[in-house]
Amino acid sequence: MRAELKNFQHEQYYFKLRLGFTGFVVIALFGVLALRFSYLQIKQYKHYQTLAENNRISLVPIVPNRGLILDKNGVVLAHNFFVYTLEITPSKVDDLEKTISEVSKLVEVSSLDRKRFNKLREESRNFESVPIRTHLNEVEAASFAVNHYRFPGVEIKSRLFRHYPLGKLGAHMVGYIGRINDKDLESLEKNGDLSNYKGSDHVGKSGIEQFYERQLHGTTGFQQVEIDADGRAVRVLSSTPPVPGSNLVLTIDSKIQEIAETAFGEHRGALVAINPKTGEVLSYVSQPTFDPNMFVDGIDVENWRLLNDSLDKPLINRPIRGIYPPGSTFKPFVAMAGLENDKRVPPFSISDPGYFTLANSVHKYRDWKPTGHGMVDMQRAITISCDTFFYGLALELGIDKLTDFVRHFNFGRKTGIDIQGENAGLLPTPEWKMRRFKQPWYQGETVIVGIGQGYTLVTPLQLAQATATLANNGVAMKPHLVAKIQKAISNETQTLPLVVQDTIPLKPENIDIVKRGMIAVTQPGGTAAAVGANAPYAIAAKTGTAQVIGIKQNAKYNASSIDERHRDHALFIAYAPAEDPTIAIAVIVENGNHGGTTAGPIARKVMDYYLLGKIPVPEQAKDDKKVPTKPPNNALGAAATQPVPEEELHD
Amino acid sequence: MVCLFFTLMVGLFVLYSASGQSVARIYGQGINIVVALSFMWIAANIAPNQLERVALPLYIFGVLLLIAVALFGSISHGAQRWLNLGFTKIQPSEIMRIAMPMMLAWYFSKQEGKPKMADFAIGGLLLLVPVALIMKQPDLGTSLLITASGFYVLFLAGLSWRLLLGSAVLFAASTPILWSMLHDYQRKRIEILLDPTQDPLGAGYHTIQAIIAIGSGGTAGKGWLNGTQAQLDFLPERTTDFIFAVFGEEFGLLGNLLLLLLFTLIILRGLVIASQAQSTFARLLAGSITLTFFTYAFVNMGMVSGILPVVGVPLPLISYGGTSMVTLCLSLGILMSIHTHKKLVAT
Repeated sequence: MRAELKNFQHEQYYFKLRLGFTGFVVIALFGVLALRFSYLQIKQYKHYQTLAENNRISLVPIVPNRGLILDKNGVVLAHNFFVYTLEITPSKVDDLEKTISEVSKLVEVSSLDRKRFNKLREESRNFESVPIRTHLNEVEAASFAVNHYRFPGVEIKSRLFRHYPLGKLGAHMVGYIGRINDKDLESLEKNGDLSNYKGSDHVGKSGIEQFYERQLHGTTGFQQVEIDADGRAVRVLSSTPPVPGSNLVLTIDSKIQEIAETAFGEHRGALVAINPKTGEVLSYVSQPTFDPNMFVDGIDVENWRLLNDSLDKPLINRPIRGIYPPGSTFKPFVAMAGLENDKRVPPFSISDPGYFTLANSVHKYRDWKPTGHGMVDMQRAITISCDTFFYGLALELGIDKLTDFVRHFNFGRKTGIDIQGENAGLLPTPEWKMRRFKQPWYQGETVIVGIGQGYTLVTPLQLAQATATLANNGVAMKPHLVAKIQKAISNETQTLPLVVQDTIPLKPENIDIVKRGMIAVTQPGGTAAAVGANAPYAIAAKTGTAQVIGIKQNAKYNASSIDERHRDHALFIAYAPAEDPTIAIAVIVENGNHGGTTAGPIARKVMDYYLLGKIPVPEQAKDDKKVPTKPPNNALGAAATQPVPEEELHD
Repeated sequence: MVCLFFTLMVGLFVLYSASGQSVARIYGQGINIVVALSFMWIAANIAPNQLERVALPLYIFGVLLLIAVALFGSISHGAQRWLNLGFTKIQPSEIMRIAMPMMLAWYFSKQEGKPKMADFAIGGLLLLVPVALIMKQPDLGTSLLITASGFYVLFLAGLSWRLLLGSAVLFAASTPILWSMLHDYQRKRIEILLDPTQDPLGAGYHTIQAIIAIGSGGTAGKGWLNGTQAQLDFLPERTTDFIFAVFGEEFGLLGNLLLLLLFTLIILRGLVIASQAQSTFARLLAGSITLTFFTYAFVNMGMVSGILPVVGVPLPLISYGGTSMVTLCLSLGILMSIHTHKKLVAT
């Protein structure tokens, strides 16, 4: 009993001891707070008073200079320049409406400017300055500066604006920046980059500007600034300098780009040239193009309509977004598939009657040459683009084996180039058709895949990449546009590593057959003999034609009688020098009829400059005379595959 | 008690100023206070030994509700804290604020003699389960406060100094190892939490503006309704978690010291009540309630004045908000009940 009581008292004693201890801790910690308060409110009072008075001390973000985009030789494709802007800090202005109307007497302020101002104001903090007018000219800047004293809270600032000195050249590749909108804000917030964009009002919207946004933007700095009642910065309290964005050096040579774009003339289409050994993209053309400078400060409605509604679709990034049937340019890859599956290995050859039929069917899959090609082996089938040969090969291979093999050449999947929005194209399979149309696969559909028709769709980039992979004997290098990233302050240059994407195990003797077939294409007797004429280096190539509208079974295709936009697309793939390729090209000329006549010469001009440094002579007059004398359906120069209308395939 | 009412009145005045002289806000907070005070009155009239009886059921009920939240709770603002009962929504973690110290106090009052190591282990487990559930919601502020309230019970029940020191040393020693295991962005977040000036445009904005507000208040303050930081919208969250910055700006150092004094008096009174309480349960509960109250006040004022990282903890009796006001007054009511019933229990 006594022990219990003692125990109880003991316990009480300890409890009180601990309670006392906590009481002591409470008072000590409150003491710390009291000390902190007196430190802030007495010792630092003056400091914080000024800060609050001028809160008005503003945290001013310092926007970093955006990195430059340079071509491989240092030619500037995108840079920044200073522009005068007139800005208002809403918290320092008593009557905003009155101020704006007063200001507009000195400097023109359009209703569009006011709309933009109101929108920007909603998005920014009260003490941040918001531009009411941009691109002030010298006279406007001066006339406001004289009257500055009348407008507290309004000031002239110089902001950096993005400019693309080469304008339309390579616009789809370089891309453009534009004002940050709600969607951009969302994605910035999601990536945790939002606080780095305080003060930035532009972000990369397309092309390299978009893909390399992080590297180009840099890190925002900030200043704590005291500002007097007139809105002038009096003293910088602390400052963290911004880190400018990195410069990007491209794999593109702007001279090649210019030659390629000029070579298109009035034609619509796309060209991609790749160094097969490295994956460096040497030229990236999408025609027609547009001036990216229009987008930097928000494009006006009228110009937007003009671009967006144009039948020529200048805004489509054709090399990665344009999808076309590959036509006969698909044949070398079908040939590889056959040879690697031990089909059609020489000396195997067929006798071509000018058409192909399935067993138990009367439907004729016609060759482009109605009379047939006679005896044809694999190599010759490529050279003369014999449809009959490939119809049979595709059927014997079967659709699964065929697509499984050519997929390694990057058909039907994205190449992973450093531009966003790439289309994967389409390699049709029975499963795909069932999913898409709820219909079984027909044998006839396999037949026409053999000549790159039917559902098969490729992008110009995929075609170039496949050609480069073939040229490089089955080693696929990842295509890329940026070669180096130059850090701003350290000036340290980071060379982006070359990536081997896929290594297709191809037998050398098979590669040899296909390559020899392609080399003969540009030699007399080949479908693009004119393209190879007088070339001091050997060109391996393949022409192609992709139908735009279906042709009835017995109707004859006649280019001159068809509306221009319904004419066939011309395709051309090539690599050179054939024995040791350093350039692989894919060209698509929309409604250009025949690969050999319209697309081929464009590729030749690019190769001539790249390999020989030869600048094409502008012989416009001579060309103009030549073209009409040459009938468009020239049997020697063109590989006109006569496509079969879709509705008649299901036999 | 006088201190309490005085503090509540001060709170109303500050709120009026902080809310941009919104009468609706004052009216709303007035209702909150009336409701909270009636809860306090009810709690004050419940004898501690009755509380002791409901401690275990209340705790189990609370944990079950927390599990229910984790399973079917409604999600708002990315956190799953609320349980929708159809006619109303409840936040079970608030129940835990009261149930936790009651449960632990009950547990230790049931142990004969000096509590053994195993008892503390069980106590720790009782503490960890609900805290883990709340942390998962995620609600860092509440889980920290509940941990604190439970820890105070363990401490007052006689948790050995050696164990305390040991775990403190262990934690300090493991910090560099944990640090090296974190990702860069996680480190950055912690760095900004500890030093808001690193990110003055983002997470640090609150703290920087709050410090400017307090510092510019000076000795006597700028006067009621005259705080430029508060009135010109520079202070964020100024009616809730950052209300102390408004107070500090408008009433200055003198006001701050007065508020500290009021809080100190309330806390010391609570400690005295704890020391006079006769049952182990009442003693531990009173101690924990008082110290939790202190934690609220200290953490809030510490974070607003920039010596503690920003966690969502309101300033007791002053910040706008119904739920926290009710829970707080309820616990103060329990404290009062312990005071009035001390002799009754002793016999």
